[in-house]
Amino acid sequence: MGSNLIDALFIFMLACFIGFEVIRHVSPLLHTPLMSLTNALDAIAVVGAIVLVGERKSWFATVLGVIAIVAATSNVVGGFFITDRMLKMFKSSRPTKP
Amino acid sequence: MNELAGSQYLIEVIYLIASALFILSLKWMSSPATARHGIWAGEIGMVLAIAGTLLHHGIVDWKWIIIALVLGSGIGIPLGMVQMTAVPQRTALSHAFGALCVTLVGTAEFYLRTPNVPKFMMSVLSMEVILGSLTFTGSLMAAGKLQEILPQRPITYKGQNLVNLGLLGIAVAAAVYLVLHPEARQLFPIMVAIPLVFGVFMVIPIGGADMPTVISLLNSYAGLSAAAMGFVLQNKLLIIAGALDGSSGLILSVIMSKAMNRSFTNVLFGAFGQMQPAAAGGQEARPVHSATAEEAAAILAAANKVVIVPGYGMAVAQAQHKVRELYDILTKKGVEVRFAIHPVAGRMPGHMNVLLAEADIPYDRLVEMDEINGDFPQTDVALVIGANDVTNPAARSDASSPIYGMPILDVDKAHTVMVIKRSMSPGFAGIDNPLYYLDNTLMLFGDAKQFVGAIVRELSGGH
Repeated sequence: MGSNLIDALFIFMLACFIGFEVIRHVSPLLHTPLMSLTNALDAIAVVGAIVLVGERKSWFATVLGVIAIVAATSNVVGGFFITDRMLKMFKSSRPTKP
Repeated sequence: MNELAGSQYLIEVIYLIASALFILSLKWMSSPATARHGIWAGEIGMVLAIAGTLLHHGIVDWKWIIIALVLGSGIGIPLGMVQMTAVPQRTALSHAFGALCVTLVGTAEFYLRTPNVPKFMMSVLSMEVILGSLTFTGSLMAAGKLQEILPQRPITYKGQNLVNLGLLGIAVAAAVYLVLHPEARQLFPIMVAIPLVFGVFMVIPIGGADMPTVISLLNSYAGLSAAAMGFVLQNKLLIIAGALDGSSGLILSVIMSKAMNRSFTNVLFGAFGQMQPAAAGGQEARPVHSATAEEAAAILAAANKVVIVPGYGMAVAQAQHKVRELYDILTKKGVEVRFAIHPVAGRMPGHMNVLLAEADIPYDRLVEMDEINGDFPQTDVALVIGANDVTNPAARSDASSPIYGMPILDVDKAHTVMVIKRSMSPGFAGIDNPLYYLDNTLMLFGDAKQFVGAIVRELSGGH
């Protein structure tokens, strides 16, 4: 338990640094799609809800879990979908067009 | 490592791969050329992670999982199809959904585990639930303001900050008590309910102009609450995804606050729209120069370098496509046209770029503020469409102005400035703009869409 906790803190710390480094290099052009993408990725919280519902430990947990899955899945699907739509619109004037 | 069942190892390996894909996904967002790979990476990681989770040995009930996944997808698809002008409210809504998921799972976990909740577990669980629930209502409020269901004006009252801090204080006190006495289950609903109220109160005093900062901040909270959930569930993938989202939101909020010359605390506790309309009465009717579409077209046609400065007013007038036509016709005439994008143009970070990209304006023509500001002295015409405060030279020179110190686009340094504006009434923040009275400024009075359309007609008919 104790060592797991320390491991988790290390992972969190490293992920924050990676996050800062990676996001810092994202072009401001793409900040809106970036936010919708991170939103979709963040909806990975759905895995926690899936286990909660699947283990069927109490009806209370199942009800909350089902709502949680619905909310998170809508973020996954909607988030990737709209990010893709936005990125498709970004075209350069250089390559194909005369 | 503890003894893991075979399937458990497999799940951990799948999560490891998904984590790498998530990081790559964000890395590829660094440029529009690779950004779409980023979506693939993210999607593959997501599908892998969800499929892997279904291998979890404890799962006995599939029916509700499948029903919920299908239902969620059904809601997600229309949410992915909204118009580009509605992306900010959609984003706020998705922050609310993400936070809802985290809060509900946290609540369920508490009632399953109490009274045997170790202190550290209870601390992160409290953080998860408090951040989650305040993000839930805060984001709903932000979405309501952006959708204009709720008034965009900041609503303030005396002692507001005290009330808000007091509420947060009670929630934190409840959390501390629960950490020490995790069997006090009757306290848990308080710890959920109070941040829900706090979320509403937190966004009420924030005006429309500050929305980009607020959305970014809520994004960060949503990420951190998900990371806290990862600690509770001992799920490393969730910790990583939450940390990535949290740091992304934090970076964007810092960029947004800098662009508004405000500190975080100022955004949260300042209620910008509440500012006194700058030194009222100081400006009596000063003369301005105005021009017709015909004159504006002639000046544009004679220019070598034109910089268009779009603001949210352009999007409100739905003038993007007319602006694209103007860009096309000027480019055809050999005029170099670029767009100057202020970081807070639009209602969320980067929003203006999306709106212009939607109108088929090539992204390499969209230039950030810091990059283009040095070029204004060599610019023949700066055409301001629906932007106001971000072009206000008082931010540079007038220490008494409420926006003093805010970084602006130096359009006043261009040889000629043209401003399309409905009338001389001051902008959203109620601050007068000295730009309009300069000798090299021409005011083009009218609706942005119609006026740009008239210029385009002049340019195409004339030659």
